[in-house]
Amino acid sequence: MADAASAGGGRGRGRRAGLRLWLAGGWLLFMLAVALLAPWIAPKDPLAQDLFLGRLPPFWVEGAEPGYWLGTDSLGRDVLSRIMHGARVALLVALVAGSLTCLIGATLGLLAGYFGGWADILISRGIDIWMAFPPVLFSILLVAVIGPGLPAIILAIVVIDWTRFARVVRAEAMAQAAMDYVASARVAGRGRAGTLLAEILPNVLPTIVVLLTLEMGIAVIVEAILSFVNLSIPTDSPTWGGMIAEGRSSIHQAWWVLVFPLVALFLMVLSFSQLGEGLKDRFDPVLR
Amino acid sequence: MSFLVVRGLSARLKGDGARLLRGVGLSVAPGEVRGLVGESGAGKSMIGKAVLGILPQAVEVTGGEILLDGTDLLTLPPGERRRRVGAACALIPQDPLTALNPARRIGPQITGRLVDILGWDRARARTRAEEALAETHLPDPERIMRAYPHQLSGGQRQRCLIASAFVAGPRLIVADEPTTALDVTVQKQILRLIAEMQARHGTALLFVTHDLGVVSKVCQSLTVLYAGMVVEDTGVRSFFRAPAHPYSAALLAATPRYTDPGGSLTPVPEAVLAAVRAEVAARDAAAEGARHG
Repeated sequence: MADAASAGGGRGRGRRAGLRLWLAGGWLLFMLAVALLAPWIAPKDPLAQDLFLGRLPPFWVEGAEPGYWLGTDSLGRDVLSRIMHGARVALLVALVAGSLTCLIGATLGLLAGYFGGWADILISRGIDIWMAFPPVLFSILLVAVIGPGLPAIILAIVVIDWTRFARVVRAEAMAQAAMDYVASARVAGRGRAGTLLAEILPNVLPTIVVLLTLEMGIAVIVEAILSFVNLSIPTDSPTWGGMIAEGRSSIHQAWWVLVFPLVALFLMVLSFSQLGEGLKDRFDPVLR
Repeated sequence: MSFLVVRGLSARLKGDGARLLRGVGLSVAPGEVRGLVGESGAGKSMIGKAVLGILPQAVEVTGGEILLDGTDLLTLPPGERRRRVGAACALIPQDPLTALNPARRIGPQITGRLVDILGWDRARARTRAEEALAETHLPDPERIMRAYPHQLSGGQRQRCLIASAFVAGPRLIVADEPTTALDVTVQKQILRLIAEMQARHGTALLFVTHDLGVVSKVCQSLTVLYAGMVVEDTGVRSFFRAPAHPYSAALLAATPRYTDPGGSLTPVPEAVLAAVRAEVAARDAAAEGARHG
């Protein structure tokens, strides 16, 4: 709020925030469309190997083959088609794991922050204990126990990251619960649950939205990391992390195999965080 | 018959057991404006909060009764108590900047009570809310209803809160230092407005303040508190003519006067403080004795 003034007036800031929101949102919508339509619009079969067409460069480099816009990997699979199919896994994990984490973490945070007392002690100590586990080991262990696959990845993200939501939302809810308008609402006859939903939640919502979009970006990265270490999808359906892992070995001969999925990953994570910032500015009545 | 009667109300902090209220008694008749004065920490806001059922979680009521229209609120189940208080009482809070929800428009914040407790339909509630806003001399109530709190000034927000307090025609309003957070010129207008609204609706008012000047302008009777104990309970006229208790007299003498600018401030004398503290200690000892005996 303080930087609104230093950023040279509300209007300029508002316009920039709007641009950021549209760019990030536009890119994510575009990727969503690509992911949904991948089986129909991908130029090639992402799994089709052709050793005669191995390590073809992208279209603007000499030696490129028409139809393989972003080149091929060492097994002759089309990089563009693989990125398009990889977006399916990335977005699925982002949306499902992000929402579930948000739902569980924010709910517990709101309960702890508003009701205080035993609910707070129980939830806060739970968070403290939970956060003492090393997260990477925890997720690898989970995947090892459940077996690799989408459900395991999503569960790992939810189980590890709900504390992030719970802690931040708890602090925000506590601050709001101390405000006079909460007391006024109580005097006006609102019950505890009603006060939580109608008075406190709207004020915590901008924070929740930012956390949610950040979490979606984190989920994309976690999925990539797990597929990088081969703990993600068991079949050979393409994932960005898997592509990056494969591209690593041929970085000197065929940089595009590594770089393009990396760019796709980077843009998606960046878009999620920018979308969150933009939405927060939209939602926050004081900044609006 | 008084509308609000508080008898022997005691409260303490849950943590270290510190006494906050020591057997407070007071009453407010229908249409009466009673001032509740005392130093910071004397427990004046605490009494208002106890009546309305919004005490902080760390505070527990240890004894006494709060009779609202003859029913002891402290023995009611929470839901029933909230309904009764919501239908009969309202709060004018201290700080207009935090007393309106920043994420919601003014309109629903005022109509909420009408819809939730009295079961009015939204259109009727909106008309009544606009009326109430107009009564507080806010121009263009329709625009105010659509505004977010940050779009209004402090004085406008306080007027909205006053409208919100009076909107459902409550029989008792607790005004918790309603002018403390405002600057002096706005204070005067807001005081006049509260007095005007009170007179129009005939609402009983429990006016919590540390400003005896305010008491002399709006109240008919007052209760002086020290350390959660009632020191004096009297009419405003007799109080300002001749306060009965030495502490009240010292408090009155300590009020800065505009007629003497640059004059030094008079503190409450040590001897008077020592005497009133001894009274508090004696009351605590008596309470302990009663508990053990």
